[in-house]
Amino acid sequence: MIPELGHFALWLAAMAALAQAFAPTVGLWRNRDDLADLAVPTALAQGLFTGLAFVALAYAFIISDFSVKLVAANSHSMKPDMYRFTGVWANHEGSLLLWVLVMALAGVAVALAPATLGSRFRARVLSVQGFVSLGFFAFLLFASNPFERLIPAPTEGVGLNPLLQDPGLAFHPPLLYAGYVGLSVAFAFAVAGMLENKVGPQWARATRPWIAGAWALLTLGIALGSYWAYYELGWGGWWFWDPVENAALMPWIAATALLHSIAVVMKRDALRAWTLLLAVAAFSLSMMGTFIVRSGLLTSVHAFAVDPTRGLFLMLLMALYIGGALTIYALAAGRVAEGRQFALVSRETSLVANNLLLSAMLGVILLGTLYPMALEAMGGAQISVGPPYFNRTIVPMLLVAAVLMGIAPWLGWKRSATGHLARRLLPASIATAAAAVVAVLLLDVRGIGAILGFAAAAWLGAASITILVRRGLTFNSAGMALAHLGVAVSILGATASGALQREALVALRVGDSVQMGPWRAELMDVRPVAGPNWTAIEATLYVQRNGRPVGTVTPQSRMFIAPAQETTESGRTGWRMGEVYAVLGKPDGSGRWQVHLWVKPLVRLIWIGGLLMALGGVVALGGRVRALALRRRKLVTFAEPQAA
Amino acid sequence: MAVAKPKQQRLVLALAAVAVLAAAGVIASFALQDTAAYFKAPADIAASPPAPGQTIRLGGLVKTGTVTRPGDGLELHFIVTDMKADTNVTYRGLVPDLFREGQGVIATGSFDAQGVFRAQELLAKHDEKYMPPEVAKALEKQGHPVNAS
Repeated sequence: MIPELGHFALWLAAMAALAQAFAPTVGLWRNRDDLADLAVPTALAQGLFTGLAFVALAYAFIISDFSVKLVAANSHSMKPDMYRFTGVWANHEGSLLLWVLVMALAGVAVALAPATLGSRFRARVLSVQGFVSLGFFAFLLFASNPFERLIPAPTEGVGLNPLLQDPGLAFHPPLLYAGYVGLSVAFAFAVAGMLENKVGPQWARATRPWIAGAWALLTLGIALGSYWAYYELGWGGWWFWDPVENAALMPWIAATALLHSIAVVMKRDALRAWTLLLAVAAFSLSMMGTFIVRSGLLTSVHAFAVDPTRGLFLMLLMALYIGGALTIYALAAGRVAEGRQFALVSRETSLVANNLLLSAMLGVILLGTLYPMALEAMGGAQISVGPPYFNRTIVPMLLVAAVLMGIAPWLGWKRSATGHLARRLLPASIATAAAAVVAVLLLDVRGIGAILGFAAAAWLGAASITILVRRGLTFNSAGMALAHLGVAVSILGATASGALQREALVALRVGDSVQMGPWRAELMDVRPVAGPNWTAIEATLYVQRNGRPVGTVTPQSRMFIAPAQETTESGRTGWRMGEVYAVLGKPDGSGRWQVHLWVKPLVRLIWIGGLLMALGGVVALGGRVRALALRRRKLVTFAEPQAA
Repeated sequence: MAVAKPKQQRLVLALAAVAVLAAAGVIASFALQDTAAYFKAPADIAASPPAPGQTIRLGGLVKTGTVTRPGDGLELHFIVTDMKADTNVTYRGLVPDLFREGQGVIATGSFDAQGVFRAQELLAKHDEKYMPPEVAKALEKQGHPVNAS
């Protein structure tokens, strides 16, 4: 009964989306305010019904209702409670339901947020959102119904891929989706801005918080995904340039570029057409990411759908939205007035440079991700493009970006005064030189790439801190400086954990130990342990540094009961901001155990940098929230005398 | 410095954009050529052996009865087959959980001067549902279709 109600709620939500898409469109066209005013209630209804549908599916998962096909195929009664719930979105249909839920909630947020550009503009935005939701509802209802029954019901479910039975599943997909879908709001604002001819500083001020919010969520989602892959896969790395990762990184890069270019529209009313194009591109890349990941084009833990008709449906949907938005863009671009001009050395130029660099990175990643797929689709050779390609192309561009990011915040809008630059960048210059010297002399770093990495991190970090400790800090500049500091911290973590890493691959008997520079690990014990739905062999390694105890690491080799599958769980212990990371292999038949050990100095800074970046996005949002609150207070104080 | 006229400024911006993107494109395509790893099945290798040191992805089934662990317990020897030709592989490292005799595997690595394929990385999937698509295709080519669920 509950699943049928959920299915019904989904249909109602789709109907609400239909009304949300068309009623305001007709209303705005025919100047019928009654129809245009339907935008807000329909958006709220869409949110409510999608929420109910989601709750119904979650209920089926939690009570293990195996008469629902999706639950039977992806859940198991012995699965821990937490994964019974998070398992809702660990499959194709459920993850799509999460997608439309987040989309519907974004509509609710737009409907309830102050309509600073007028109710007509809000109706337009909501109708665009309705159109986008509608396609995904159609996909869900016609090609991926999550509530499909399975009669007779099996007594037990198949279970969930053990790699996904992890707390990371609770946060990584919802955050990522919230980021993707937040970009759909920016997309809706861009399309509405073109249709209503409202693109300008006002429009930018209203759009920017949505971009900043989406960007912060996307940053968190990606950072969390990286951390999860790091500890779950047991390969010792934190980014593999897998197409699935690139699919999330590309919208992030587009959103980053958008976040910077919209500042130019806001402050200087320039780069309008380019900013619109970026807003369209950011959401298009989000959809493409979902398409690549979910269509079964790739084999990975992320690929759920292997049904080719589903892939085709998603592709048509994507083509429809991107094509539609680009058509509107082509028609409206002529009307978007030319921006103002600016000097060669100015904040505007630096932001243009930022956008060029980010576009180049985007292009390089797009090429590396799509080329192998396109080549294979056309019957060519099967190739794979991996870390060597991306490291050779992206890393140099990132270093250039880091240099510019240190300078750009000190440049003024419009003008080209550069006299103060040298003085303000003095701390950063000293830090850079110091970092290079420390890296070469004390840490014995020899690779030119690693030395440049340390130097770039010091440069950008010191320059960002110089901004943060200045007086007269605004929300916007604090947010920017924090985000830039985050980039510096991540670069430091990535450089140090790579350049200063120690690694050992050994076969150990209990009592044996292995030495890696000042580090020493001793195999104390190997014994069986049991969890809620798995049993495991667990090794205990005692780690010392220069004779002082650091901690123990306990890597496991797990055997899950349903589905019957083995996984390795890495064992980790922290040391300052670094980690000792161990993976347990197989016994060799003569009492020895294979152990792969890494010492990764400062590795945690990679994700702490991600947190700082997201925090920067949130702080930048704070300025807008405060401005709106101040304005409301003013309105209230004006209104009060009249009321009295 | 004097502020440029809007038209000129647009032109300069557009030229700079084209220059940067073109440079990125050139660098990227060279990097792509240098680093792309081709997928090859044992039959492909028998037909045209790749140069030593060239990174390839070797895919097929782990031939039953060929997995041995000589030496210090970290070395793994096995044969990858596509039912038509065989390739000897050596690998040093932890073996993935899903590595089994008779199952699909993709080994990334290169041939050394002695003609032994040295794998740097093994990727294994344990059932037909998760069969790497490249391996399924290679087997199909040799007349052994795999039923993908």
